[in-house]
Amino acid sequence: MAAFQVIQLNPKKFQASQIKFLIILLPICAVMILPLIYIFCQAFKPLDELFYFPPRIIVYNPTLANFQELFRLARITGLPWLRYLINSLLITIIYVVAVLFITLTAGYAFSKKQFKIKKVFFQINQLALMFIAVAVQIPTYLIVSALGLIDTFWVHIIPSLAVPTYLFLMKQNIDEVPREILESARLDGANDFQIITKFVMPLVKPTIATIAILAFQAIWNSGGASTIYLNSESLKTLPYYLGLLASQAGIQATGVSAASSLITFLPNLIIFIVMQSKVMNTMARSGIK
Amino acid sequence: MIKLIKDKANNPLKVKIKRNSKTNGINGSPWSTFFLVSPYILLFTVFIALPVFISALLSLTYYNAIEFPTFVGFRNYINMFSVDRDFMQYVVPQTLIFSIIVGPGGYLLSFLIAWMLAQLPKTLRTILALIVYTPSLAGGVLIGVIWKSLFSGDQWGYLNAFLMNLGLINSPISYLTDPRYLLPITIFVALWSSFGIGFLSILSALCNLDPELYEAAHIDGIKNRFQETIYVTIPQMRGSMYFAAIMSITNAMSAGTLAVSLSGSNPTPQKSAQTILVHMNDYAFIRNELGYASALSVALLLFTLLFSKVAGMLFGNKD
Repeated sequence: MAAFQVIQLNPKKFQASQIKFLIILLPICAVMILPLIYIFCQAFKPLDELFYFPPRIIVYNPTLANFQELFRLARITGLPWLRYLINSLLITIIYVVAVLFITLTAGYAFSKKQFKIKKVFFQINQLALMFIAVAVQIPTYLIVSALGLIDTFWVHIIPSLAVPTYLFLMKQNIDEVPREILESARLDGANDFQIITKFVMPLVKPTIATIAILAFQAIWNSGGASTIYLNSESLKTLPYYLGLLASQAGIQATGVSAASSLITFLPNLIIFIVMQSKVMNTMARSGIK
Repeated sequence: MIKLIKDKANNPLKVKIKRNSKTNGINGSPWSTFFLVSPYILLFTVFIALPVFISALLSLTYYNAIEFPTFVGFRNYINMFSVDRDFMQYVVPQTLIFSIIVGPGGYLLSFLIAWMLAQLPKTLRTILALIVYTPSLAGGVLIGVIWKSLFSGDQWGYLNAFLMNLGLINSPISYLTDPRYLLPITIFVALWSSFGIGFLSILSALCNLDPELYEAAHIDGIKNRFQETIYVTIPQMRGSMYFAAIMSITNAMSAGTLAVSLSGSNPTPQKSAQTILVHMNDYAFIRNELGYASALSVALLLFTLLFSKVAGMLFGNKD
């Protein structure tokens, strides 16, 4: 078979013919990763290396000084960093769980059920894949304030719960669940809740994991709601707080802000690395039909 | 068929019909369906559809955030092309340059990188794909922290030090405040962080193609990789290509504000990277002309829609 094929997708092992791709890909990957290596090293550089001339990307004598400075700043400003950490964790957990619940129930109904506005709404949802939230900040602010959400904990969560991309991915993947299984479950007397938890969920695990990761990435890094909708310091989040601290660091500023952005970035990266095979599995069915 | 349904009431095979029917097999009670979809539809309506609708309404008004909006008809849209000189002179051309390079350009890059990656063995592919994807995880803050110091305008800036070391320049260049460099740099940084879920979608579609089709295509006389890609690969993954196209376009349209975090000012230095979203933020949050800003946001959404329609014509379903 291979003799017919010029292109070899998904090959089993390394062959000489792949070298030409590596020659192109490796420089691209270098450009992609160097800035990240730089920020990682920057966070561990002592003061003299931060101002070493000519500047170096790699750290020679790594220290924790920047992280210590971050904690020192946290102590003298008297802002309770634990509070911000708990806020961020709570917001992230509640948001991810709520998004999964809403997307899963709606995705199941859009995939397997018949109701009046189904087709029309799914078309609208497909159109809304192009939705740019920052473009409508003004009306969103008006709506959020009309609903009385300004300066509440829930403003972090509620306005961004409906995500067209997630519903789209969920529905496409539930489409692959054989109808017969669900129908026989129904005949055996299972209700929708039981069908979802016992039959749909186990079969779309990779999709659930993918949406969980995407939702996590979206909410964990966002300090946006803290600056736009909140006045109470006690409701703000970790990225906001770390940004604030980094802006107060004097001479060490570059190192401290590198350290603080690394703290928020690493959980993102680690979770993605752990889950990447599930993500790839889900994305294989992301085609728009 | 019609007869069958009519006879349903006293049909001993009623259960059987019910099971096979595509419309009612697992439908259950309409109330149950209602509870399943209503949270999503409600949230979607309130936080996605309604803001777009209000934006469209506000775009027909004069609104300064203090007084109640007054209706002015299409004046904001007319002003866009007459009173607001920056719009045609800076905003439209820069938005076009930025969004075409970052949107379709980034998309093409995504495809080419994914296509090459798909031809590597699994472990190597996974590592390289991870490297390409990781920058898209970096939020706006991290992107700012990284690239501001790499392009920093003093001699400690990495690019400056590198070029001075090579003897190509004598004194440091302030890249991020120089109108000549800001737009290209913003485009570069936007591209750097653009290989997100659209890229993953293309890559996994490529890894799951049906090999038998290639065999058939070669019997039919396909000779080289280019023909193979155009006639076999892309038609098989149309859906993923379309999904990825929409993701790159939306990404391109919203990435313009990077210019503000890089240069630290809005308007950007000499309006050199004044893409439409930046311009909108300027009117909305600095000049408090919310009516006009809303007109700009409607223009932005329409522009995105138009762009995606073109992508749909290229990759969408033909029936």
